[in-house]
Amino acid sequence: MKKRFFAIVPATVLATGLMLLTGVSQASDDGGLATLRGAPVSASEKSPTGDGLKKAIETEPVERNYLDQPPVISHAIDDYRITKDANKCLDCHSVENYKKEKATRVSKTHFEAYDGKTLANVSSRRQFCTQCHIPQTDAKPLVPNTFQHAK
Amino acid sequence: MGTDPSVKVSASDRPGKRRGERKRIISISVMVTFVLGIVFAGVFNVALDWTNQEEFCLFCHEMKDNVYREYQTTIHYTNRTGVRAVCADCHVPREFVPKLIRKVKAAKEVWHKILGTIDTPEKFAEYRPVIAQNEWKRMKDNNSQECRNCHDPKFFDFSQQGYRSVNQHQVGLLAKGQACIDCHKGVAHRLPRLDQGVNLADPTGISLEIFRPPVPAKETPLTGETTTESAK
Repeated sequence: MKKRFFAIVPATVLATGLMLLTGVSQASDDGGLATLRGAPVSASEKSPTGDGLKKAIETEPVERNYLDQPPVISHAIDDYRITKDANKCLDCHSVENYKKEKATRVSKTHFEAYDGKTLANVSSRRQFCTQCHIPQTDAKPLVPNTFQHAK
Repeated sequence: MGTDPSVKVSASDRPGKRRGERKRIISISVMVTFVLGIVFAGVFNVALDWTNQEEFCLFCHEMKDNVYREYQTTIHYTNRTGVRAVCADCHVPREFVPKLIRKVKAAKEVWHKILGTIDTPEKFAEYRPVIAQNEWKRMKDNNSQECRNCHDPKFFDFSQQGYRSVNQHQVGLLAKGQACIDCHKGVAHRLPRLDQGVNLADPTGISLEIFRPPVPAKETPLTGETTTESAK
């Protein structure tokens, strides 16, 4: 009986020690990565400011920052769904509808197909507009940088 | 022929006691029928309401892994204030007779659930254009009454709407009598394949004439009360 007891005690101590060790090492294991956000990589995200998501600015389109920048969207696009079957954006921006809806016409550069040939209408490689175009917001840069507009 | 009048006379010449009994029986049976009618109508309505619950729909209709999933990302399922529109709010009319008709038609959908007609994503994708157009037609034919049960144009605050919406609602909806569904398709579920002219014309997609029916050229005579009053 006594023998067994003396065997259990060190085993428990060892197990607890191991658990503590692994727990601590998990919390501080950044894999040697440095971060710019002032907190370890493994630390949880800062809690949101409570402002909710940034709202799109629905005024005039803002200037482009550099040549060939995909222009940003000057309106909110919440719940505007784009699937492989249907594209909400083309409801207004398509070649057929842009005049009636007083919307920007989809660029002719978007008519080029995979093989380099120009189609009579939008190519399916440009189906997913939000891969390049995003709504304009007043979001501040997350990381300070020295970028300047093209002049 | 000569015997008939004598029969009639004898029939009408019953003793008053039996007459009173008959009257009482009739009045009692009328009352019983009346009470039973109320009970039956109540039970029937409760049963119908019971079948309008979201959980009930999920049980017998092929929807849990397709249209229900899609709906869960939309504003009619979750939003800032938690006011919801469940399946029946849009897909089952509130008026008694249209409600019964829809409920009977739903039997077909249950039958196809049993058959497994659309029980894989591929089969569902194949039938989606048909199913979607059926529901668009129903919502067009009843002037999108289920939308209007909550969204009443009479109480639109146009100052809160975008300029495009104001124009569409005042011209299309109020003056020309378009139905909500004419423009608001794919609000709570994904759209079937459309022929939007991407790449080349796509014959498998639904044409834009069906997806966005042309606005009537002439101003149609205003039908509903709501439209006449708000048009002013």
